[in-house]
Formats: sequence, structure tokens, C-alpha cells
Amino acid sequence: MRPGHGPVVHMIQNLVRKRDFYAGALVIFFGLVMALKGPGYRLGTLMHMGPGFLPTALGVILICLGIAIAGTAISVPEGEDEDILPKQPEWFGWACILAGPLCFILFGSYFGLIPAIFSCVFVSALGDRTATLKNSIVLAAVVTIFGVGLFSYVLQVPMPLLAWRGL
Amino acid sequence: MIETALTDLWYGFGVALQPHNLMWCFIGVLVGNMVGVLPGMGPLATISILLPLTFGIKPVGAILMLAGVMYGAQYGGAICSILLNLPCHPPHAVTCLDGFPMTKQGRGGVALGLTVMASFVGASWGITEMIFLSPILVRVALQFGPAEICSLMLLGLLAGSTLARGSPLKGVAMTVLGLMLGIVGTDLETGAERFTFGMTHLDDGIELVALALGLFGIAEFMNSINQVVSINAKYTNVRLRDMRPSKSDVKQAIAPMFRGTLVGSLCALIPGTGPTIASFVAYATEKKISKHPEKFGTGLIEGVIAPEASTHSSVQGDFIPTMSLGIPGDAVMALLLGALMIQGIVPGPQLIKEHPDIFWGLVASFWIGNIMLVLLNVPLIGIWVKLLTIPYKYLYPSALFFVCIGVYAANNDMFQVGETVVIGILGYVLLRLGFHPAPILLGFVLGPRFEENFRRAMLISRGDILVFIERPISAVFIGLCVLLIGLQIYVRIRGTKPPIEIPTVLEGAE
Repeated sequence: MRPGHGPVVHMIQNLVRKRDFYAGALVIFFGLVMALKGPGYRLGTLMHMGPGFLPTALGVILICLGIAIAGTAISVPEGEDEDILPKQPEWFGWACILAGPLCFILFGSYFGLIPAIFSCVFVSALGDRTATLKNSIVLAAVVTIFGVGLFSYVLQVPMPLLAWRGL
Repeated sequence: MIETALTDLWYGFGVALQPHNLMWCFIGVLVGNMVGVLPGMGPLATISILLPLTFGIKPVGAILMLAGVMYGAQYGGAICSILLNLPCHPPHAVTCLDGFPMTKQGRGGVALGLTVMASFVGASWGITEMIFLSPILVRVALQFGPAEICSLMLLGLLAGSTLARGSPLKGVAMTVLGLMLGIVGTDLETGAERFTFGMTHLDDGIELVALALGLFGIAEFMNSINQVVSINAKYTNVRLRDMRPSKSDVKQAIAPMFRGTLVGSLCALIPGTGPTIASFVAYATEKKISKHPEKFGTGLIEGVIAPEASTHSSVQGDFIPTMSLGIPGDAVMALLLGALMIQGIVPGPQLIKEHPDIFWGLVASFWIGNIMLVLLNVPLIGIWVKLLTIPYKYLYPSALFFVCIGVYAANNDMFQVGETVVIGILGYVLLRLGFHPAPILLGFVLGPRFEENFRRAMLISRGDILVFIERPISAVFIGLCVLLIGLQIYVRIRGTKPPIEIPTVLEGAE
């Protein structure tokens, strides 16, 4: 224990360094959303349960579980890996992975299947550290040809190949 | 009893051997085998991608194909473990311990050959178990009222979340979160819209495919991007003739093969202990009864054969509670059950009676599929090995596209692709906080049925919550739940670790 701090301060300092503390907090948050919103859907009685009964009950259970998860973090000594982010955060990679499907939605809604596939594969491929522009284009082109053949001609997914729906 | 089972099985072969069913089964095991080999793609993600594409085909063909993906992937995963020392799929992680040393000694081909043999024996036993046990279970389960079904589901959910990997508390929290996600949408009984936050797209609830692909597709890609180690393809040159084991090898393999099969089939009977745990128990058992336990890890045949046989027998055995009771043991089973529900088939004890073509066709297709896999694996080993060397940077962008189009094709709705992205982010946050997302799927699939039966039980008992412990069968299930929780707390307080420790390399590798 560091000098100058009371045991409670030390405990709290210890707690906020733990991964499980945040895990518990997230679970409590979900529980609160359900337990607070649930009664708004009418609880009903045990015999004639309303639509709000189970959500409220589950919410209360989740809050208890969250407290238990965060609580166990106090007693356990600090582990080796308490960081929530990995050692090397891959912000660019993550952004590319999430941008891929978003491109698919955007281009798919307005311009059709071909631009959707190409943009989705191209953008997400850029996320790899060793990826080059040329490599990504080639990969996107290959997947586009294959994807159009399989999904448009063989499986007949109802989506126009090329379209212009304006913005 | 044996006679009726055999007649039913005969009928099942009739269903499974119809040309189009045979074709779907073949496609299923082929795709499954392929993704089993590919590092970084699991059966969960693959089944979810294929799921929307099965909406157009008949229920029997759909379930044969999806089940084929699942056990096909088990065959592929072993190749990855033995030749590359990469535990691509958790159930095969333990195979690395002795499989890779065998490869280094130049006996990788033999290990693969014997593995195929052990897999077939293990699977056959699991199927036999299914043929005889399922009808018995069904006969008992048909007498269940809503209260019993509720308690049974509770037991299934608890077992599925606490016996799996990771902290039991977090597992239960994930199950409850899954139940909550299952509630989203219009309430079937009252028509009330719950947790839709004013979005009409959410009225029909969260799409199963979007949930599965968000958690096991996008979140998994975020977890593995730029993390995948380059593959050492030094030992992947395996020829067909290397695979033939010598007579002494076979002799050495027979006993562990049957022991592994037995362990696997026992594990399958306990809900929640999937193939991963079965393989670890089998390995530990072999090591314990061996005359020279110190030699394990240096390339012993027993160390490869027993876990593989056990995995396969457990995979097939896992279908027993899923198909006969409608209670899935793990996330893959939950997904298969979800596929049946999308096809309009109500899972539960009445399934075998009402849809004998699905149940017996599935059982028969297991055998056909396993024979196909043996035939596929032996000559195609060269191609599978080539697949191993595809770098991850080409794999994940292509897989992302499959995820997008798969979710879109489920309802032709772009909104659900967005849903997948949001669930993917949530899934990654959960992964980083040390949660395993698999129980979410379990809760999600069982959620609506749990609520319905709970309501019904309460209505019948006139709001008396004690009905769950007053009815004897229900009381047994509740008792088992309490025992399960008590055991977990006991283990916690004693501070003893579970007898088999799962290496950290597995964390998040699902």
C-alpha cells in the first residue's frame, strides 16, 4: 500500500485498473437499460404476465451479475493483461474492417452489386499492414468477378448489377 | 426397440440418398472440410453465411448441408493442427501437442491417415448413440409440460454458459444478454414493441444471421487482423502414399481410439461440454493410464488418436439433445436449431414424430457424409494442404464480402448489414473485456421459447412460482441447476483449478 492513501482509496485505485471492473460496468449498464425500460411495457401479474415482465426480471439479474463480476475484481490480484486495448491497437485495420460493410451498404443501395462488392473488398483489404494499393485492387477485382458469378447468376440474389439511384 | 430403430434408419437412408439431398450433403461436407482447413474461418461463421442461401431449398436438404459443414470442419481442423502446429479450431488444439512432433519426425502423413480412421470410428459411435438414445429421450420428454420445459431450458442455458471456457459468471451474463437480444421486436402474445427504439426495421426482431456474423465474423476479423503469424509451410508436403499407416501403427492406435470414443460419447451426454472439452479429457485420460506419460508431447500416436476420436464422437452426440429435446448444447447447435426454426419447423420432442424425414434423414446423412469425408480427405489432401498457405490478408476481405451478401440475402434488407456492423463492434468490445460471445447465441435462440413456456407455466399454475419445484421432473432439473451453481462456487472457494487446463492459445480462437 502506498503511503498517504487510505485503504478505500487504494482499493478504488486497484479496481479501476482491472479489466473485470469495466466488464462488470458494461453488464450493469445493459441491466439498467432493461430494468428501467422494462416496466414501461406493462409488467402484468405473475399469472398474466405483461410484455415488460421478463425484460425487467432479466435486467435485475444482469445488474446483480454485473456487480458480482466487478466485485470479484477487488479480491483478485492484478493479472498480466489488464489492458482493454491490445498491446498494438490496430485502429486503421479496425476502421477498414468496419468501413468495408458500410461501403457495401452505401454502394449497394445506390449503385448496385458490382460497385458494392468491389468497394467492400478493396477498402477492407487496405487494413492489413502489408497490403498495397495494387494488391488490394487485384483482390477486389477477383472477388467481384467470382461474387457476381456466384450470387447474381447461380444463386440469383435480387440486386441489380449496376444501377444509378441518385444521391 | 432395436427393430423399430433399424426400420427408421432404413427409411432415413431412403431420404438421405435422394439425389438432391445427397448433393446438399456433399456440398456441405466439402465446404466444411475446406473452411476447417482455412486458418481463421470457423464453422460458426461459415454456417451463418450459408444459412440465408438455404432458405430457398427444402428443410431436409438445408439441415443436411448445414450439419455437413459442421462435422466436415472437424475433419479439416485436424490437418491444420498436425501439419502446421496451429490450433485453428479449439477442438483440435490438443492434437497439436503430439501431432506436430510426429510431423517433424516425418510421420505427419501417418498421423493424418490414422486421424481419418479414428474420426470415422468416433463419429460412427456417436451416430449409433443418437439412433438409440434419441427415441428414449423423446418418449420421456413428450410428457413434459411448460414448467418442465422451462426448467430444462434453464438447465441447458446454465450448463452451456458455465461449463464452457472462461469465467462462469461472465458466461451467465452473456446468456442473459442473449435472452435480452431475443426479446427485441414485437411481443408475440401482446403485440407490444420491445427495445426497438422506434426503428420499424427491428419489429421482427434481430436477425439470427446478423447476430451470428457480427459476433463470429466481424468481431473475429477485428481480433485477428495483423495478428496472424506467418505460416510455416515447411512440413506440408504430404503425399497420398505417406498416409498409409503400418500394421504396428494401427495396432497401437486401436485401444486409444476406442477409449477416446467412449470419453467423447460420455461428454456429449453432459449438456454444455462440447467437443473441445471432450478432446482435452481424452488426452488427459490417455496420459494418466499410459505406462510412459513423460513421452507425451514427443509424437505419440495415442496423443493424436484419442482426442480426435473423442471430438468426433462428441460432435455427433451433441445432436442428441438438440434434435430430441430442442435444447442446443453450444453455439453451433443453437445456429442449426435456428435454421430449422427459420424453415418453420418447431424444435422439441415432437420433431422426430412430426418430421421423421428430417431426423432420420439427418442421422443417415451423418454416415454418408462421414464416408464422403474419408474419401475426400485421402485423395484431396494435397489440395487441402495448399489451402493452408492462403495468407490471412486475402482471406478476411473476401470473407467480409461473404458476410455482407449473406446478411443481405437473408431478407434483402440493407439495414441488417448495418445491424451486423454494430453487433460486430459490440462483440469485439466484449471479447476484449474477456467475455466469450458464444452463449449469447444460445440465449438468443432459446429466449422466445423460454418466455412463451414461462408464461404458459405461470398461467396454468395461476401465478404460483413454486410450481417449478412442486412437479417432480421439473424439481430434478432445478436441483441439477442448483448443484451446478454450487459446484462452481465450491471450486471457486477451494481455489482449485479444473483438472484440465485449456492453454491460453485458445482464447478467442473460436
